[in-house]
Amino acid sequence: MEWEVVIGLETHAQLQTKTKIFSGASTAFGSEPNTQACEVSIALPGVLPVLNKEAVNCAIKFGLAVNAEITPRSVFARKNYFYPDLPKGYQISQYELPVVGKGAVTIQVPAVGKNAAYEKVVNITRAHLEEDAGKSVHGAVEGMSGIDLNRAGTPLLEIVTEPDMRSAAEAVAYAKKLHELVQWIGICDGNMQEGSFRCDVNVSVRPKGTEKLGTRREIKNLNSFKFMQQAIEFETRWQIETLEDGGKIQQATVLFNPDTGETRAMRSKEEANDYRYFPDPDLLPLEITEADKARVRALMPELPEAMKARFESEYGLTSYDAATLTASRDVANYFVDAVNAGADAKPAANWVMGAISAKLNVEEKSITESPLNAAQLASLLKRIADNTISNNAAKQVFEAMWAGEGEVDTIIEAKGLKQVSDTGAIEAIIDEVLAANAAMVEEFKAGKEKAFNALVGQAMKASKGKANPAQVNEMLKKKLGA
Amino acid sequence: MALSIEDIKKIAHLARIEVSEGEAAATLTKLTGILGLIEQMQAVNTEGIVPMSHSQDVVQRLREDVVTKTNQREAFQKIAPALGNGSTERAVDCGLYLVPKVIE
Repeated sequence: MEWEVVIGLETHAQLQTKTKIFSGASTAFGSEPNTQACEVSIALPGVLPVLNKEAVNCAIKFGLAVNAEITPRSVFARKNYFYPDLPKGYQISQYELPVVGKGAVTIQVPAVGKNAAYEKVVNITRAHLEEDAGKSVHGAVEGMSGIDLNRAGTPLLEIVTEPDMRSAAEAVAYAKKLHELVQWIGICDGNMQEGSFRCDVNVSVRPKGTEKLGTRREIKNLNSFKFMQQAIEFETRWQIETLEDGGKIQQATVLFNPDTGETRAMRSKEEANDYRYFPDPDLLPLEITEADKARVRALMPELPEAMKARFESEYGLTSYDAATLTASRDVANYFVDAVNAGADAKPAANWVMGAISAKLNVEEKSITESPLNAAQLASLLKRIADNTISNNAAKQVFEAMWAGEGEVDTIIEAKGLKQVSDTGAIEAIIDEVLAANAAMVEEFKAGKEKAFNALVGQAMKASKGKANPAQVNEMLKKKLGA
Repeated sequence: MALSIEDIKKIAHLARIEVSEGEAAATLTKLTGILGLIEQMQAVNTEGIVPMSHSQDVVQRLREDVVTKTNQREAFQKIAPALGNGSTERAVDCGLYLVPKVIE
């Protein structure tokens, strides 16, 4: 039987505010335990929550960025559960009326093997504001668990998708897109190691072609895209094998073990899914007016979608190229800087998405750490455009510039890569090649098109790769009367 | 809605409350009474009435995003008991509040 995997994501994005969502305690990361845990964070009796304006602004920004409905009056609710790092005994969250309603993001799913890249819309079900819990520390004191409440009350935006994704690749593409978007609009620093951006993935499988969703298992707290990919692939295989062996899937929360690459059930959900939500009487409804939205909108940068459209119209890029470049604000800025420094848009786009991105991948660097800056890329592209070097030679120059061997002209000079565009010199080479390869010439004249390319190859080889290929082509055609 | 003694035990477990057999039976009677009251309320026709999320018809006041709380750890931890092992040791040394070991 052919199976289909169905995936939905819940992402917790820690909002970039100075203070907690319901109190004026600092949210700075890495401070001494409990030094940022005020009376609200540790839930002393009688304290009251007061909502942080900036956290609300962040939620509005996100809603606008995914074209979502923003709820005019949303409501905070108590989610009740018992755990020592949640001293109130409930988490303040939103339930029936979240601040952000239905929206959508468009993702680019990269090509894998024979499958071409494609675009897909992932629907956002909702996004709601809530507070983070504290942290349990094990092993600090023998036989006890330590509780650090510095993180308690840190504002989070939980972003929930519809079960729209159909492969690990789509889920990862969505997570990456969302990760970039929250940083782009400046609501989250995206630091996955510090837990500022964490994903829970709901995975179920069903026979292909059927409508009814299978029972899902939730993979908790994935803090890297690589782990997400591995976890979903493992979980999918496990569920399919279980069903094919006649087993049943139990709804459960599972953890991914990066060392073994396996997922393992943590607790069965049946036991603990009764959170007894109810509206929090300590908080009034949150009102967001059209004026609030307009005020926030004015503070937002150009969104990726708008920038993508502009790249297509202004620079004549294809939809795919424009989407790839605007997948990251830093990459988009690099491209624009290169173009502003005099590079032609299309080759600049190709180099950023091709050679540069490949190098950065290998070296695990972000584009802001690229050894070759945008102006240097532009200088290299100008030398290709004015025929000083061939595309092939440009690759060598690029490598040298990347390695910090100097500026473009110095390297071209030092390596003797200057392209031969002198007609006389090229003609001499071609004459030599034609004389030495009489057999190929005969083949070509007998109608074998391939022989022509072989002759071009011979000529390029004879010039040690320095001849201008376009000129070689043209002159060879002339000589052969083609 | 009829509750069973098993429901009572499950709720008690979720709330981490120890309930004896006798207490469970008594609690069952009380909770059934409360549910009866709710059933009575649910019988009222609320068609077209917007659910009220708060008893006052006002909206949330917002706070500026400015740090106003200073570090009061020492004061707060004076009243924090470090339970377990019969120890009276305070948690201040490592800066953590201590609770009996929790392992999921």
